[in-house]
Amino acid sequence: MSDRRGGNERRARVDHVMGMPVSIHVRGPAARTDPDVDAALARAVALLHDVEAVFSTYRPDSAVSRIRRGELSLAGAPADVREVARLCEQARDRTEGWFDGWLPDGPRGPRLFEPTGLVKGWAVERACRQLSGALPSHDVLVDAGGDIALACRRPDTPPWTVGVEDPRDRTRLLATVELRAGGVATSGTAARGAHVLDPRGGGPGGEGLLSVTVVGPNLVDADIDATAAFARGIGCEAWLETRPDIVALVVPENGDPRTVRGRLRAPASPSLR
Amino acid sequence: MRRNLVALLGTVSGLVLLFSYHTSLDSSVPTAVATGPATPGNASGGDTSGSSSGSSGSSSGARTYTGEVADTRWGPVQVQVTVQDGKITAAQPTQVPNENFRDQEINSYAVPILNQEAVQAQSAQIDAVSGATVTSDGYIQSLQSAIDQAHL
Repeated sequence: MSDRRGGNERRARVDHVMGMPVSIHVRGPAARTDPDVDAALARAVALLHDVEAVFSTYRPDSAVSRIRRGELSLAGAPADVREVARLCEQARDRTEGWFDGWLPDGPRGPRLFEPTGLVKGWAVERACRQLSGALPSHDVLVDAGGDIALACRRPDTPPWTVGVEDPRDRTRLLATVELRAGGVATSGTAARGAHVLDPRGGGPGGEGLLSVTVVGPNLVDADIDATAAFARGIGCEAWLETRPDIVALVVPENGDPRTVRGRLRAPASPSLR
Repeated sequence: MRRNLVALLGTVSGLVLLFSYHTSLDSSVPTAVATGPATPGNASGGDTSGSSSGSSGSSSGARTYTGEVADTRWGPVQVQVTVQDGKITAAQPTQVPNENFRDQEINSYAVPILNQEAVQAQSAQIDAVSGATVTSDGYIQSLQSAIDQAHL
């Protein structure tokens, strides 16, 4: 397909990792033929597979599964696991408990380490950064099941255009967002039923909402914010307005979708990790 | 098939966020310009099978305005807006600092562009779709799948 992006070649690769389709797009010189692009794509996918091997709760031999069974302590876990656990703690604090990486195991069960909700965004963000770092002449985008990290390295290309799905009719888009770097995450009930729990009680979250989409400087935070806002349910806008540097789209069960602008932080301190 | 996935935009109130930078670094303040609620664009009542009511080439009444280049601490920023029927229908930077990845990251919120106008959003115009988590099973019929297919 000829490329509409100023003569830059465009290349996509789709893999199924972590139980999701992961679409990686690269655009830039010789993106379809350059072996360096091939190699960088392969490394990005390998990174995702490696993360899955360590963090999957479906694999009994993963570090996280061993932690959940009490066979491994967090302190003794691999560095990546400790980092994710730290991010989970931070996320729990700043969402006032609406995002929690330690979820009840069953209605009255003990709380077990369950970082899956954060790991996905963390892994995709890492894959995107690694890919972008390896391809300084290319723009890259990683979409993992609807959560997206992207970066533009080229000064002469248009931004990436991300469509936001309408949860009421998934063949339609509610909005488009043009972005040169950052993350776009959506939390909602459309794809998997009620998969967002109220972490405080373990019951279903998202009362009165169909979806929350957050656009922000990085996917990890956007994903956490979207999940926490959705779990809060109707009225989550007041909390979203306190979040730095984001724009959110809140789709209620009844009524029109609403755009929410977060707090603008002094740009001198971007949340780089 | 991809035509059937054409997604007409609509129902979202059009809030276009424009950033204006003051020359003083310390007072670089964003301003949001609300353009009023957009007319619901889904008059066809959920019928997504039809072809897009083609107005892609229709630029009648649409005018674009390009702002002055503003110097920010990261470099020059310039924004272009499209106005149609008295409403801002699109905003995009024509110039942003791009020196390195860090600047790119800053761009993502220094120049936010949330276009919610009722333009047709065919897969050919969209690079990726954000939605509630798509399963591998559900992927085949997704708009993202159609986008990917075009570039594999």
